[in-house]
Amino acid sequence: MKLVEAVLNGDRMALARLLTGLESESEASQKALDLLFPYAGKAHLIGVTGASGTGKSSLVSQLVLAFRRPDKNARPKRTAVVAVDPSSPYTGGALLGDRIRMRDLAGDPGVFIRSMATRGNAGGLARATASSVQVLDAAGFEIILVETVGAGQAEVEIARLADTIVVVEAPGLGDEIQANKAGILEIADILVVNKADRPGVEQTERYLRGMLEMSSKQAGLGLDEEWTTPVLRTNALTGEGLPDLIEAIYRHSEYLKDSGKYATRARARLEDELKGRIQERLLERWKMQTSEDDLQEALEQLSRREISPRQAVQNLVEDKIT
Amino acid sequence: MRERKIRVLIAKPGLDGHDRGAKVVARALRDAGMEVIYTGLRQTPEMIAEAALQEDVDVVGLSILSGAHLVLAPRVINLLRSQGQERVCVFVGGIIPNEDIPVLLDAGVRVVYGPGTPTYKIAEEIRQCTTAVSGEITDNLKDE
Repeated sequence: MKLVEAVLNGDRMALARLLTGLESESEASQKALDLLFPYAGKAHLIGVTGASGTGKSSLVSQLVLAFRRPDKNARPKRTAVVAVDPSSPYTGGALLGDRIRMRDLAGDPGVFIRSMATRGNAGGLARATASSVQVLDAAGFEIILVETVGAGQAEVEIARLADTIVVVEAPGLGDEIQANKAGILEIADILVVNKADRPGVEQTERYLRGMLEMSSKQAGLGLDEEWTTPVLRTNALTGEGLPDLIEAIYRHSEYLKDSGKYATRARARLEDELKGRIQERLLERWKMQTSEDDLQEALEQLSRREISPRQAVQNLVEDKIT
Repeated sequence: MRERKIRVLIAKPGLDGHDRGAKVVARALRDAGMEVIYTGLRQTPEMIAEAALQEDVDVVGLSILSGAHLVLAPRVINLLRSQGQERVCVFVGGIIPNEDIPVLLDAGVRVVYGPGTPTYKIAEEIRQCTTAVSGEITDNLKDE
């Protein structure tokens, strides 16, 4: 397939078109993904998540700059960004504005940025985000940053997609109880308090550290036992605190390698994708085998309370798929 | 296969710092169901073309109020062509003197919109342009 060769050879237009194809799940793009899949699995995937307005895009921009212009004798890393923004639930349209903060990255052929709308997907990512990351990985990008939508408390799909998860907070976004609620803070491998020039930064930092101390180790709450989540201050506009953040990312990467957790996470990711795809496929097959009339009939019976929802499922699903 | 959304890049080339118009159009196209990428102020033609390539857009809208449209718009179009994006529909919005409009159209600009253009008209014409150019908006990939 010419397209696959082009992507492997670094053709940026081919890559961009393939990503568009994946978003609309076209036949050709799915086949290309099949062929590219064996080449993926080498990149370090970094998820950047947090509430809207905490400075995720600016921070991502600074991270890319740091990966492209490393200190000492390190080699610049080819870096890709997938930046997800929400689609309107009413019109399906979207305003994708993450590139505004990434203008410093223009003109660098070692950087590729793609904006992506959620198209109705919950969890903070788009349906096509995972396959897009696989394609960018196969295309030879060594670092792939995935920026989620401005995430609330429960948009934690990124936890499955990334190797290292950076959760970005900003001063003044909530008290100690907020910091101890379940969800987004639990998935952090690195916690960042951005906008560190703003008042209240010490307090936010204290809440976060308190949260980590209370949760860690005792009950195995899903937090990684051997990794201590650092709380770091940054100012994404000035670049302050960025060296520490980069250092923490590399340290986490080393930790994943040494502990064998890279492989565990990759496997969990693939398991997750496999199960998701099986669900989708089964649903499609069920839809093909079930007529609209059967469905309406079941709804009628339900409305008349002649059968329960469980019995309706028995009739519509259990008796069909054997 | 799912629906192929129309993707639009709204860009401000050149040095004027007034982007109210660009933002109004971006928002209106969002409300018309399109995916709109806005890249912010003071973009060079090279930055715009590169963003159009990475984002694989169907449409580029240039908002120019500085008076440099005769230089900036053709330059963006030439860059798009040279990277293989001949099919991208380019429109220009802003303060464009009447006598410059034919020059821009000659250079490959699809439509020029002045102040007061109703935004539904822009959305409508984008739909026409994207379907006229690529037959139908389905897939840019050929099975080879």
